[in-house]
Amino acid sequence: MEDFKRLEEIAKTIRRNILTMLNKAGSGHSGGSLSITDILVALYFGGIMKYDAKRPNWEDRDRLVLSKGHACPALYATLAEVGFFDKELLWTLRQLGSPLQGHPDSKKLPGIEASTGSLGNGISQAVGMALAARVLKKKYNVFCIVGDGEMQEGLVYEALMAAGHYKLSNLIVIVDNNGLQIDGQCKDVMNIYPLKEKFEAFNFRTYEMSGHIYKNIMDTLTTAKRNVVSPTAVIARTVKGMGVSFMENRVEYHGVAPSDEELEKALKELE
Amino acid sequence: MEKKATREAYGKALIEIGKDEKVVVLDADLSGSTKSSEFKKVYPDRFFNMGIAESNMVDVAAGMALSGLKPYASSFAVFISGRAFEPVRQSICYQNLNVVLCGSHSGISVGEDGGSHQAIADISLMRSLPNMKVFVPADYNEAYNIVLATVKMEGPVYIRTSRAKSPIITEDKNFESGKAAVLKSGNDVSLIACGMMSYIALEAALLLKQDGIDVEVINSPSIKPLDEETVYKSAKKTKRVFTIEEHSVIGGLGSAVSEFLSENLPVYVHKIGIEDTFGESGTKDDLFCKFGFTKEAVAKRIKDRLNG
Repeated sequence: MEDFKRLEEIAKTIRRNILTMLNKAGSGHSGGSLSITDILVALYFGGIMKYDAKRPNWEDRDRLVLSKGHACPALYATLAEVGFFDKELLWTLRQLGSPLQGHPDSKKLPGIEASTGSLGNGISQAVGMALAARVLKKKYNVFCIVGDGEMQEGLVYEALMAAGHYKLSNLIVIVDNNGLQIDGQCKDVMNIYPLKEKFEAFNFRTYEMSGHIYKNIMDTLTTAKRNVVSPTAVIARTVKGMGVSFMENRVEYHGVAPSDEELEKALKELE
Repeated sequence: MEKKATREAYGKALIEIGKDEKVVVLDADLSGSTKSSEFKKVYPDRFFNMGIAESNMVDVAAGMALSGLKPYASSFAVFISGRAFEPVRQSICYQNLNVVLCGSHSGISVGEDGGSHQAIADISLMRSLPNMKVFVPADYNEAYNIVLATVKMEGPVYIRTSRAKSPIITEDKNFESGKAAVLKSGNDVSLIACGMMSYIALEAALLLKQDGIDVEVINSPSIKPLDEETVYKSAKKTKRVFTIEEHSVIGGLGSAVSEFLSENLPVYVHKIGIEDTFGESGTKDDLFCKFGFTKEAVAKRIKDRLNG
């Protein structure tokens, strides 16, 4: 229990940093960053992923590909918190010359495994990384976070088909199922459901979990890592804007940064 | 004269470079046509058929390159440059990855499959992407040596091969990126060619010789980077430049040469290629006749221009 408390405290810090960096940048994606924060904290602080922040190119490391690249403020804040780079860099988000680009750039920032943001390309690259482990005779896992809206991209299904075909048991796909996309609810814009059955149809072992309750996240991801016969999908029920009352489940905050006033209010809630 | 297809060289060269255990080969259900199947016969564990899903194939290649492998991914030129353009841009070029893409069955010489399958804008598309190198071999030897050279090359490469057999006109020697070769020197006109058109350019030059027109024929397999020095020297001498390619006149070799010369040595440039139109079904020879890719048509076109 105590460990979950620790993760919750870390998540608060990361959420504060996400909102502060977005406020300084003046633009960016608040809602989807907050919805994946707890998953990232579990991966990087909960002992799910094997990595060494001092050796970002360590060959045996587990990889995280953020296919929904627009949520990169959450990833940047997490990577900074575990020491991939100086935290001061967070305040340069989206500025000219900053390695913290509007969408993740693997060439510019340590810890970013793939340039993503054009939806669908991240998960396909993750499949390539998982398949490469077989050629390289390595044991690493590849975690890939996709958005639920991203499930509308056809390329996702090409990637799933290949992952199932090659039985990539070192691939764990996590869907950030917050139910919202820019234009509204996923089910209204272009219905993506059912999700579980889709993954199962592509020969994934599929789990559902809460994306915000640490015991549930840790148990599910630990189980997912044990799968040696097929790729795994984890559909995470999440809340867009999680942790900030006035942003929660509000589609208006998909691609909007908090104003000074909103930031102040939000930081108070996250104390 | 011995005839062989450049796609055959791709398959053969893959076997040679397969000695390097970092080399992996991907195809999208066309391995028998692109000839990547040759690699599969020797190194089945490093060959990955990705099914009819070119976009995913290219992204998977990117993921493999990010993991330290050297992927070679092939499909028909029309699909790898068209269907997969987005991952080529977002994943391969944006990350400047060591991935080699091979587009076979390029141009109208695909023949009977028709316009839907004839890539006429692939050079243009690939050339416009930052970091991408674009190579169009004139024959089997050149294609073979291009593939060998790409193993040590940094960054993305696009190699354009052909289905049809064509005469071997270059020597079997090491390929250098950014180098063109003068196949025949001349003083009146520069004729810069790539792919199967290099042979036709040579033949046209022989015809023009009979009319007293001394053509310098340059084979330019490296479209990007372009061998600016060779182009400059020739243009400076002849002051009249013609380009020829089995590709749209928009965005290909002719455009690359024009862009360079217009800024550095404005001389007369005339582009011979596919005139902003699609191909159609037919035999390769019939299509070459229709589209003006015969030595007679090329010679006449150059003569008309010189007189006009």
